[in-house]
Amino acid sequence: MKYKKLQLPLSINDIHDLHIGDRVLLSGIIVTGRDMAHRWLVDEKPDVIRDVLHHGAIYHCGPIMLKEGDTWSCRAAGPTTSIREEPYLADVMKEYGIRCVIGKGGMGEKTAKALKDHKAVYLFAVGGAAAIYADTIESVEGVHQLDEFGVPEAMWVLKVKDFPVVVSMDCHGGSLHDEIKETSKLRLQSLI
Amino acid sequence: MKKPFNEKAFTLGLADCIRQASCELPDDIEKGLLDALAQEEEQSTAYAVLETITQNIVLAREKKRPLCQDTGLPTFYVSYPRYISPDVIKKCIENALVQATEEGYLRPNAVDPITAKNSGNNMGEGFPALNFNEWDKNDISVKCLLKGGGSENVSAQYSLPSIELSAGRDLQGVEACVIDAVMKAQGKGCAPGIIGVGIGGDRISGYEAAKKQLFRELGDHNEDPKLNDLEQTLLSKLNKLEIGPMGLGGKTTVLGVKIGKAHRLPASYFVSIAYMCWACRRKEYHFHLEDE
Repeated sequence: MKYKKLQLPLSINDIHDLHIGDRVLLSGIIVTGRDMAHRWLVDEKPDVIRDVLHHGAIYHCGPIMLKEGDTWSCRAAGPTTSIREEPYLADVMKEYGIRCVIGKGGMGEKTAKALKDHKAVYLFAVGGAAAIYADTIESVEGVHQLDEFGVPEAMWVLKVKDFPVVVSMDCHGGSLHDEIKETSKLRLQSLI
Repeated sequence: MKKPFNEKAFTLGLADCIRQASCELPDDIEKGLLDALAQEEEQSTAYAVLETITQNIVLAREKKRPLCQDTGLPTFYVSYPRYISPDVIKKCIENALVQATEEGYLRPNAVDPITAKNSGNNMGEGFPALNFNEWDKNDISVKCLLKGGGSENVSAQYSLPSIELSAGRDLQGVEACVIDAVMKAQGKGCAPGIIGVGIGGDRISGYEAAKKQLFRELGDHNEDPKLNDLEQTLLSKLNKLEIGPMGLGGKTTVLGVKIGKAHRLPASYFVSIAYMCWACRRKEYHFHLEDE
């Protein structure tokens, strides 16, 4: 199956054209953010991160980073479980105009509605495949809240090339996760 | 015969073991994933996911990068001769861990639950997890397990009987618990997982029995024929759920089911499930004590 190449930030048309099951190679700036970051974005609405998130991508990821001299590099950067951000993400998307959420495991109804309302997609990265994703990082452009949150929870601004993902929730209401969950429930019935 | 303990050499070797544990998946797990890949259609999402996973394994090994960024709460099972102090071994393990963390092989994962402060070096209260066991050999064996938080979050403990699961205090009841846990986990534990099960014990020893199963090789057999049968039955049933790699559908939901037990109290019947992600990073380090 072919990969669609997309350059961040994304346009509304880019989002419209994406459907569940599509494979995408993302290039441009992505920003990591997980539990503490989402709370921070919701509670304090910091402006310092507004530009890089506008029409951009937030990546649910707590990477392994290495500092040599003044330069940071990324050793490993696979996705973390997204559902923990369910209470916050819809508000974060609205506040910052985020168009892509990258993570693993999918998200709930609140986010599904926000994806429709704000024209955004949820992109699935393969959990544990941290070496592959770290290899797509061309440079570490900056970091926010490093001292406050520590390495895994800080917001790392990363420039990536051809970061591979699968669309698993789209702006048209489709969710690969819901489909699989229903299938597995049916299979379970036949096992009992 | 007592033999001298070269702490420096032990620590160096152990640091290397930790680096390898983080970057190199055990052969049996890699083979399990390649077999799973071979079962899927090339156009399927399951194929794409497993292809990424298997490519990641090769890349991590070749470039000495951590397979997964979540290196968990580093867990060690140590067997040692009785004339060596476990406290001295503990210090060596801590030094090796701090070093591997500084070098970027482990993520600093120890977070104070009250202040939310990350200690930055993987040291903390109850961090790392250490288990000591005396033995008669003149060797030290350290079994190391790196298990990410995503899979730890979907691990579960059941108390039987359960009305909700129609499960009684028997192996059928155990089966119902394991299936329920895997259903609830869907892809969130980074499927295809390895399911460690502990039958019996108390809240702690039950989980302990479950987690120890994760050191078993995928292709091994349980010495207890009843548990061996249950392992095979569950492996087959769980893979019929079609949850698939990362929960995106497919033929392989689990790579293995491994079941252990611990004696229980008359009042309790726990079924503890340690869900291990596909990135089952386990490694054993043997240190032979030499004469001077």
